[in-house]
Amino acid sequence: WTLYPATDWRPWSPHHNCSQLATANDTAIRGWDLRTMSQIYCVENAHGQLVRDLDFNPNRQYYLASCGDDCKVKFWDVRNVQEPVKTLEEHSHWVWSVRYNQSHDQLVLTASSDSRLILSNMVSISSEPFGHMVDDEELSEGEDNPQEEKVKEPLKDSVVSTYEEHEDSVYAAEWSSADPWLFASLSYDGRLVINRVPRALKYRILL
Amino acid sequence: MSYSSGGPDESGRRRKVHGMLKLYYGLDEEGKISEKSQSLDPCDINGPHFDPELYLNKLRRECSLAELMDQETCMVKQIRSLDSDMQTLVYENYNKFISATDTIRKMKNDFKKMEDEMDCLSANMAAITDFSANISGTLQDQHAQITKLSAVHTLLRKLQFLFELPARLNKCLELKAYAQAVSFHRRARCVLQQYSHLPSFKGIQDDCHAIMDMLAQELRQRFRDGGTSAKDLSECVELLLQLDEPAEELCDKFLSHARSRLEADLQGLEAEIRPYPTAVKDDSARRSSAGSPTDSSPKTSSLPSPTPNTDILEFIDRGCNEFVSSLCLVIASYQELFISHAQTGELASKNIPQMANRKLHVFVDDLAAQYFSLVERRIQEEKGVSDNSLLVRALDRFHRRLQAVSKLLPSSTVPNQGTEIVIRAATERVKQYLAALQSFYMDSLTDVRQALAAPRLSVAGGTGSGGGPHLGGGATSRDAPNSLPELLSILSASILNQIKSVLASVHLFTAKDITFSNKPYFKGEFCSQGVRESLVVNFIKFVCQSSRQFCESAGDKGGSTPPALLLLLSRLCLDFETSTISYILTLTDEQFLVQHHSPVTPVTILCTEAREAAQKLLNHYVKVQGLNISQMLRKSVETRDWVNTIEPRNVRAVMKRVVEDATSIDVQVGLLYEEGVRKPHSSDSSKRTFSVYSSSRQPVRYAASYTPSAPMDTNLLSNIHKLFSERIDIFSSVEFNKVSVMTGIIKISLKTFLECVRLRTFGRYGLQQIQVDCHYLQMYLWRFVSDENLVHFLLDEIVGSCAHRCLDPSPMEQSVIEVICERG
Repeated sequence: WTLYPATDWRPWSPHHNCSQLATANDTAIRGWDLRTMSQIYCVENAHGQLVRDLDFNPNRQYYLASCGDDCKVKFWDVRNVQEPVKTLEEHSHWVWSVRYNQSHDQLVLTASSDSRLILSNMVSISSEPFGHMVDDEELSEGEDNPQEEKVKEPLKDSVVSTYEEHEDSVYAAEWSSADPWLFASLSYDGRLVINRVPRALKYRILL
Repeated sequence: MSYSSGGPDESGRRRKVHGMLKLYYGLDEEGKISEKSQSLDPCDINGPHFDPELYLNKLRRECSLAELMDQETCMVKQIRSLDSDMQTLVYENYNKFISATDTIRKMKNDFKKMEDEMDCLSANMAAITDFSANISGTLQDQHAQITKLSAVHTLLRKLQFLFELPARLNKCLELKAYAQAVSFHRRARCVLQQYSHLPSFKGIQDDCHAIMDMLAQELRQRFRDGGTSAKDLSECVELLLQLDEPAEELCDKFLSHARSRLEADLQGLEAEIRPYPTAVKDDSARRSSAGSPTDSSPKTSSLPSPTPNTDILEFIDRGCNEFVSSLCLVIASYQELFISHAQTGELASKNIPQMANRKLHVFVDDLAAQYFSLVERRIQEEKGVSDNSLLVRALDRFHRRLQAVSKLLPSSTVPNQGTEIVIRAATERVKQYLAALQSFYMDSLTDVRQALAAPRLSVAGGTGSGGGPHLGGGATSRDAPNSLPELLSILSASILNQIKSVLASVHLFTAKDITFSNKPYFKGEFCSQGVRESLVVNFIKFVCQSSRQFCESAGDKGGSTPPALLLLLSRLCLDFETSTISYILTLTDEQFLVQHHSPVTPVTILCTEAREAAQKLLNHYVKVQGLNISQMLRKSVETRDWVNTIEPRNVRAVMKRVVEDATSIDVQVGLLYEEGVRKPHSSDSSKRTFSVYSSSRQPVRYAASYTPSAPMDTNLLSNIHKLFSERIDIFSSVEFNKVSVMTGIIKISLKTFLECVRLRTFGRYGLQQIQVDCHYLQMYLWRFVSDENLVHFLLDEIVGSCAHRCLDPSPMEQSVIEVICERG
């Protein structure tokens, strides 16, 4: 059962009892339900060119992020696949990897072959209202939290920082599973860089 | 007598002589000041205080003998001439004296005679007076009698007139000479009123009243019928007014009559607007019955054109001639009747003029509003922008004719409303022109697109048959008949022409001979806000905006815009920035004498916008072209089994295609953009070997001690290199020149190549094939870019990455690579 040559796949949406997965097929993103073995959504032309990576928002059921060769990172609500919810255009070459922070889903890591790693703070589409502890929200996964759209916070969607320690294309970025403020990135030249979320932002999120 | 023969010289001398005599007698004509200054000197021979002793002494003391002699002769001469002068004068005067005495004597005789005659005359006059007194005395009695008789006669005549009045009035009524009847009645009215206590007069009065009532009835009837002309009508009203009809009622009636006639005019006008909807109705009706072949009504001939039957000038003309002129007539006669007439008569006391004026204003405003709504409807139908002069002339006429109303009714708001309509029409027209310009621009873009598409096929065919990369030589063969520079110049020239012609059309609104052009709106706001801002500036903005949209729409939906169009538009925007915008705006400002009362968009902002658009377009062009080449490279890398490939014999065709495309892009860009600066080439630009696998016998650029077989060192080397080289931004902004554009495209392509290579696994021959390909690329691509080191670096990276991904990294000899590349 493979209908499309997928360039990337991100199994197991953390919601739905891991019965859904998504694949990136050339420029499209397809969602699949394993119980019925059928396609549940399809974002045609999600990116101008190849889609390189996908990641599910760990706290918001219908949200996923994608990145691709058009240098963009896009955030989707799979219930409405016509338009992305948000688009980031910070990289100057293909974006190879996009990762949500597992605890604080406003923090998004992107790695690109322009040798940069970018940490963005996407507060407007995150699951947590400003100032709330994530732990409070963890149990309300079953449905989308309707409040967070209304939350007005001083923090804007922004690039937190750009990490330029790599000398070659960065192909992978990953959050630590133990410490939500720690992340690593790996570039072609074999360099592994480990960074922390800036302290100021960390306190901003926690307090 | 010798003096009489004198000319001007003689008379001059005579004057001198007189002057001297005057001096002698102390009559100085020069004035008293000079007299004083002269008179004080005793030595002045001509002065009045002349002392001969002193003078002589002075002469004797001061002068030599010769001078004295001279003085003497001179003196003698003067004395002699004075003497002779005196003699002549005496002689002249003597003669005059004699004639004067003669005359006086004669006069004395005449007077005596006259005195006698006068005495005789006075005597006669006295006699005449006596006679006259006599006569008048005798005639006095008769005279008094005659006067009395004549008075009786006039009285009798008046009485006769009164007695005859009813009959006369009846006769007038029969002959319909109403005016005369009224004047008769007016003459008799007060007398009858005064003597109404006498029964006979009372009878006459009653008769008259009855007749006049009939007459009034008649007049009212005529008035009500309304079929009569305006002149008749006004006559009627005048008579009725004289008959003491209530003025207010008459005003109302008069106005309602006028209204019905004016409304008929308006309906006529409306009927001219209507043809369009009715035509549609006819059309649909016709279509519903189209099945019958007999349906060829004469109406169909007028149907095809959806435009109204009459053009706007005709329409306005008709409106002016029928409606406005009769409105003016109504106003004039109304004012004549009720206002100016009433002010002099006894009606003034009853506040009639004010009342009448109020009614008139309401009436005029109401009808004018109807008229204006019709005119506006008609103007709105004027959608075509072909002939602006017609509209302007129509508006001018419209406006001009309304001035007549304002002259008649100075306090009326009608002319102002008319001006507002003109203003609205003008702004509407400007909007239409903007829309027309925009659609013209889009149309010409479509034309350009087609022109670009047509030669493209032939170019593709030409290169296909040619085979192999044409470097330089291919440039001329690619020149299609519609080359890019030609298209660009055609496009920009046609845009400029269009703008100019639109400006010329709009300029008609402010022409000197147009009445409304001196309104403050047309002098100020129309020029600055209307023309400059909403027409010219908006159009320029539109051009920039639409250009940007090409970038955006094409970005996501797979690049439907041909790259050449992007390039062309980018150059167009750049030209706009450098010259066209300022030219157009200067032209506008000059033509319309724009006074910058209100803030207007400065040239610099528009230029910046144009430049941004140009930059964006060019960036997009680079991106699109880069992606085209990338796509080829990516496919070529991804679709091949690099592990089990055979030993390289040739450069792969795709590389040749890449170089070919780069060349054609280079030519294309070169047609529109300047060369730009590049860093100096090294002498062996095309021969440089890749440092990664260069053999030891060839000089290596930055690591002489480098041993080629060790991959770790390669890695180190490239890392060191990267430490010192600048980070390369792949999709970065380019400059407006050919080299920068080409650099951008090649950067994107090679980076893609690099990334694709890194995703694959290579066998020994796979690596060698990549080596050959890269060498080939390097041979040709360096000449396009600003900094050849960039190409070298990226190609190094590709080969280096490939070696990393290679299962059996044994590189090919450099000399073999060179041989293969040079062969094909």
